[in-house]
Amino acid sequence: MSDVQSTSFLSRCRRSRSFVVGGLLTGFLLLCAFVSLFWTPGSAYDIIITNRFLPPSSLHWLGTDQFGRDIVSMLMTGTQNSIVVAVVAVSIGLSIGVSLGLLASARRGWTEELIMRFSDFSFAFPAILSAIMLTAIIGPGGVNSILAIGLYNIPVFARLTRGSANAIWAREFVMAARAAGKGRFRITFEHILPNILSIIIVQATILFAIAILAEAALSYLGLGTQPPEPSWGRMLNEAQTLMFLDPMQAIYPGLAIATAVFGLNLLGDGLRDILDPRLSRKR
Amino acid sequence: MTDCSSHVPVLEVTDLVRHYRLPRESLFAKPGHVYALNGVTFQIQRGKSFGIVGESGCGKSTLARNVMALEETDSGSVKILGQEVVGLSFDQLRPLRQHFQMIFQDPYGSLDPHHTVGRIVAEPLAALGAISNAERDRRVAEVLESVGLKTRDVTKYPHEFSGGQRQRIAIARALITHPELIVADEPVSALDVSVQAQVLNLLKDLQVQYGVTYMFISHDLAVVEYLCDEVAVMYLGEIVEKGLTENLFTNPAHPYTRILLDAVPKPGSGKRRERIKLKGNVTGQTERRVGCSFQDRCPMVQDLCRSEKPPLKEVGPDHLAACHFSDKVSAAG
Repeated sequence: MSDVQSTSFLSRCRRSRSFVVGGLLTGFLLLCAFVSLFWTPGSAYDIIITNRFLPPSSLHWLGTDQFGRDIVSMLMTGTQNSIVVAVVAVSIGLSIGVSLGLLASARRGWTEELIMRFSDFSFAFPAILSAIMLTAIIGPGGVNSILAIGLYNIPVFARLTRGSANAIWAREFVMAARAAGKGRFRITFEHILPNILSIIIVQATILFAIAILAEAALSYLGLGTQPPEPSWGRMLNEAQTLMFLDPMQAIYPGLAIATAVFGLNLLGDGLRDILDPRLSRKR
Repeated sequence: MTDCSSHVPVLEVTDLVRHYRLPRESLFAKPGHVYALNGVTFQIQRGKSFGIVGESGCGKSTLARNVMALEETDSGSVKILGQEVVGLSFDQLRPLRQHFQMIFQDPYGSLDPHHTVGRIVAEPLAALGAISNAERDRRVAEVLESVGLKTRDVTKYPHEFSGGQRQRIAIARALITHPELIVADEPVSALDVSVQAQVLNLLKDLQVQYGVTYMFISHDLAVVEYLCDEVAVMYLGEIVEKGLTENLFTNPAHPYTRILLDAVPKPGSGKRRERIKLKGNVTGQTERRVGCSFQDRCPMVQDLCRSEKPPLKEVGPDHLAACHFSDKVSAAG
């Protein structure tokens, strides 16, 4: 990238408020997860019944839960869990979905039909429902919930990739590459992928948020992360019975989920503004 | 490709046919067709410029894509330097492609915005196979210089250039393999008039410098008259008139050519012939008609034209026209 382009890229980043706010929120999330690897204010695992339902104090910033575990520590460790699930699930969807989409677009004909009908088929099942079905079949657990969410992401990426790749295939510079004698495989990597990368990145950011939400939902239902691993969804589940006794127990993990999803969606919107060539060309 | 004898035409197109199938309107309906090319025949000799004119939808771009072997041809033959290209696989064609390159209409769409100028211009070389970096850089610099760009432009991106400069980049890309034939599909119609002249002059200079042959597609008669030695006029997928530029422009033998020429305003020239105006629009290419393809819009249509298709026949030296009454057209001029 030349200097002209990179400076205007940075200034566009700074000008997009949703990118800045979303980036800060997402950065904060990553920081929490990272710090919790080495240090948490209390213990997210130790059950000390005598400490149950402690109010917020300098020792327990947000108090403790019904088993006497430190809530801040659980939230921080839960961040790790959410991020790992989302990263792995989105990566599964991204790698397989984008490959399928590119293949469909490069080959056309029956290959495209087959891939697209397959993704139509999987779209017919609501995401959470199919995740529940999958975990019901292959059993609950962290890894299985990752798999279920990842599988759901595949057709989303496949459709998006195929649609935007088809638009690039129709451009004249692709015909120029054909006229130069480049094969479909080579054009896919040298021309198609670089031109749709920004769209895929934006979509990945938004699906990241959806994956966090889906993990929380699965854990809430008891199909995702299993105890004693802390998870936002399971914290919600455990707080449910105490709603009238100590409502803050449910509000903290709820706020954490909302912040993460809000931040990632903002980041996705901001990235779209910055990366989308159709919008940036107007400047 | 070692046969460099001058009598072998650089491009020889014989009876080229291309029909597109339309999607079915319903499950049991017969699919319709677009008759884009209905038997086109012409030759281009080495070092000449051959112009193809016609309104939009007459099959000009389809012809370009078929000559460039970018899509399946239904029937007919395309010989480049005597070598048949119809029916060859994409892999078989690759080594031949260095002999025929293409310039596209839209300089904004024909350059990948994510590639540097150096990479864009070197693309045909990269597609051919292994070549040393030094050799590639040398040839990129050489062609950039001959199209009037600077060697240091190689690291820039297309968006840093104007439309005219972008078209120069596209021309450099077509030139880098030193091709015999360049197919130019409306290379100046997306440019400002002032820039058009510069690019046309550049194309002329390059023809002298590299001895390249042009197949030049345009809807602009003035541009074709300026650049081309020979012209073919296309209507609904057929060549209706073909001849040396001078003969055809002064003495059109097909009513369609006559009408196109009359439509061009000629400032300053005192004498003006009686103008014939074109009526109606292009009739669809989705049906095949009995008789002359121009019958619906022809001002001098007769019963014969509706029943019998006029053959492309000689009306003068190196001058062919497909009209039953070509002598009347010439006489009226």
